[in-house]
Amino acid sequence: MENFINFLVDDFFVTGEPLIYGAMVSMALVSIAIVFVLTYFKKWGYLWREWLTTVDHKKIGIMYIIAAIAMLFRGGVDGLMMRIQLTLPGMEFLDSQHYNEVFTTHGTIMIIFMAMPFLIGLMNYIIPLQIGARDVAFPFLNAVSFWSFAFGALLFNISFVIGGSPDAGWTNYAPMAGENLNPGPSQNYYLMGLQVAGIGTLATGINFLVTILKMRAPGMKMMRLPIFTWSSLITSIIIVFAFPILTVALALMTVDRIFGSHFFTLTGEGMPMMWANLFWLWGHPEVYIVILPAFGIFSEVISTFARKQLFGYKAMVISMVIIAGLSFVVWVHHFFTMGSGAAVNSFFSVTTMLIAVPTGVKIFNWLGTMYKGRIRFDTPMLWSLAFIPCFVIGGVTGVMLAMAAADYQYHNTYFLVAHFHYVLIAGTVFGCFAGLTFWYPKMFGHKMNEKLGKISFWFFMIGFNVCFLPMYFLGFAGMPRRTYTIEPEWMPLSVTASVGAALMAIGFAVFVYNIYYSFRYSPRETQGDAWDGRALEWATTTPVPYYNFATVPKIEGPEAYWIMKSKGETTYDKEKVEPIHMPSDSGIPFIMMAFMFVGSFGLVWEWIWMAIAGLIGVLVCMFIRSFDYDDGFHVSVEEIKETEEKARGGEK
Amino acid sequence: MSADTDLTTGPLEYRSHEGRMNILGFWIFIGAEVALFSTLFATYAVMFGRTGDSPVPAELFELPMVLIMTFLLLTSSFTCGIAIHEMRRGSLKGLLTWLAITLVLGLGFLGFEIYEFVHYIHEGASLQSSAFWSGFFLLTGTHGLHVLLGISWATLLIVQLRQRGLTPVTSRKMFIVGLYWHFLDVIWIFIFTSVYLIGMVV
Ligand code: HEM
Ligand SMILES: [Cu+2]
Repeated sequence: MENFINFLVDDFFVTGEPLIYGAMVSMALVSIAIVFVLTYFKKWGYLWREWLTTVDHKKIGIMYIIAAIAMLFRGGVDGLMMRIQLTLPGMEFLDSQHYNEVFTTHGTIMIIFMAMPFLIGLMNYIIPLQIGARDVAFPFLNAVSFWSFAFGALLFNISFVIGGSPDAGWTNYAPMAGENLNPGPSQNYYLMGLQVAGIGTLATGINFLVTILKMRAPGMKMMRLPIFTWSSLITSIIIVFAFPILTVALALMTVDRIFGSHFFTLTGEGMPMMWANLFWLWGHPEVYIVILPAFGIFSEVISTFARKQLFGYKAMVISMVIIAGLSFVVWVHHFFTMGSGAAVNSFFSVTTMLIAVPTGVKIFNWLGTMYKGRIRFDTPMLWSLAFIPCFVIGGVTGVMLAMAAADYQYHNTYFLVAHFHYVLIAGTVFGCFAGLTFWYPKMFGHKMNEKLGKISFWFFMIGFNVCFLPMYFLGFAGMPRRTYTIEPEWMPLSVTASVGAALMAIGFAVFVYNIYYSFRYSPRETQGDAWDGRALEWATTTPVPYYNFATVPKIEGPEAYWIMKSKGETTYDKEKVEPIHMPSDSGIPFIMMAFMFVGSFGLVWEWIWMAIAGLIGVLVCMFIRSFDYDDGFHVSVEEIKETEEKARGGEK
Repeated sequence: MSADTDLTTGPLEYRSHEGRMNILGFWIFIGAEVALFSTLFATYAVMFGRTGDSPVPAELFELPMVLIMTFLLLTSSFTCGIAIHEMRRGSLKGLLTWLAITLVLGLGFLGFEIYEFVHYIHEGASLQSSAFWSGFFLLTGTHGLHVLLGISWATLLIVQLRQRGLTPVTSRKMFIVGLYWHFLDVIWIFIFTSVYLIGMVV
């Protein structure tokens, strides 16, 4: 008994850190509050029926987005903590170990558990609507994907109160991350958290690929697809070929750590550099996974608010295909300094610079779309307009980093930190915000408040530049990345950066408050087309009925809805309504991934019995699923007519 | 649209829209599996020769056993093809018989593989011995696990086929298991040449 208590206090729970005690208390309080609210309002059944077991792509999309915003908060707090520590020389807010943990969780969470799920959430909601489908190709698998992400994120996030956070950077380089230099459960959290979430991402890639290839409405040829769907298609292809590499890399390191193999170890002739190669073989395509859908969003938004057809649609598609191809042959640019030799470095230097060409083409396409457009400056458009110059700064500095010889100067400095935040925030985060505000009325039946939206935009956008522009110069001044304390000469720029971070935090807070405010006060949408939209998603009513389209329209060109509007067509043709086949909900995805969580938690602690128990649970769920021949249900014609008539309120 | 509608002719597994989507999805999954095994092969290649003080592969690899394993797996792929052929002919009995033969051959393969692993470990070459052997065991072990998974999955299918007979759903599942099985065979051919044959001569 005493042993057990000692174990809990010394190893299991993270103790001795006031910040973490605070986090524990607040987590406990929040959990208790949630349980209380659910019980008091008798919402457990509702939660289970409507959300935990749903296979509806729209609800799954919303859950992804909510989780991603929560993760943006967590990652953002990590970012702020780092900025506080780096504001002044000699700060003692975080010690070096704690700082290491914070930048590791910050980077990992932002990329894996914030950026990707945010975009996948939007993709989930929007793609079927844009192509005229009633769900994704494999709704059950879609739920599996979501729960694998959710439980992966949970596993990664509990590390900081149970067992300790990983601390080898989001890149998790060997031998730092290996068993010898880093014993204990914390690195295992990284490996298992990403592994569990990665399975779901791969499944999502397959799912969207089949959905887009096979479920388009009649007449929706490939070159008539809305550009966001195109970007998602290409993203899915990258996912399918990149994620297995991550799966293997993580598995190899897990086996190294838990079962004593010698892939990345210093002993047994292992090769730590192999990890860097495998990691970035996935990692570079990964950055395109989080940027291409954002490009798609910006394209949709810019064309809608410039009130013009997208300029250079074909060039957009081709350039995305080229980017996707090149993304697999540039990975060495992340470690030019590792000493691969001049020939290898030159090759990767050139391929990297080549990516700038198709990217530049896209920039000109956006500019061309706006040229002579009658631009409306609603919030989604503001995010998109800000994106263009900021992303160009990020891109140009990227080309600077691509020059291998010069990179010996910038490598591992704040120049790099500035560069990737310029592309990740101005690209991905602005894109997520633009997409969310743009599609918000479709999802929730009311717009986000414009005034608050603009306030949050200006705070965030200005804060972002104030925070990260100085970092380029800090990099030139020699400030290394991942350093927990600063030299006095960096102070002026450091203080500036921290002020910027505070402004961004305010911007984010206003954004979140806006969600609440709009829920309370925004006028409700009475029809489906909130922004005078052009693609098919705006043809549906708001709120979107769970079967999406009462009758699937025939597509006659690009910008399907624009054409429909000009002809007065809708997605409800009374004469043509037929019973609609829909998939049944299922609790298996949730339960299966809960078992996966248990098993992975066992592996993290190297409790093999628990890992096996979890695995058995997963297998039993698969077994049950295999014998499940439930093939859904049909929505009756009467129900469809009733729903449509109510939603369209005499419109027809 | 014609792609959405259910057909009344052609192979059972392709008749429903759902069946076609599942099969396409599985092809894409095989694409992902190719990426997965490529990574494992690449890792193995990089670790080649890094044996430290553990035995070198040429000392341990034995052609006769590997040939038997190859023979078992290749034959099983052939019998699996016959099983699908029987399915297309509409013969449930033929399908079940050939599927059972396939699984027996697969089990034989697995038995030899386990024997092989145990033997190597006795000779001092295990997952923990050196980078090379880590690469070897992970590559062949992953393949072996896939075979095990394929066998278990096909066994479940046998039960379902007996319960329900040949329907668009069961035949689609069977077709997909068949694809999977052939894919594992292809991977084995690469293992046979790039691991065993090269390992024996270098
Ligand atoms: C909310 C505002 C943000 C702030 C204040 C912030 C701050 C920082 C700082 C100070 C570092 C440097 C750590 C160091 O090298 O010592 C860092 C690293 C990093 N950030 Fe951010 N960040 C923010 C948002 C984001 C976003 C949105 C993403 C991704 C979508 C992101 C991805 C990363 C990554 C990948 C790293 C590298 C972590 C590592 O070195 O392993 N950050 N961030
Ligand atoms: Cu890169």
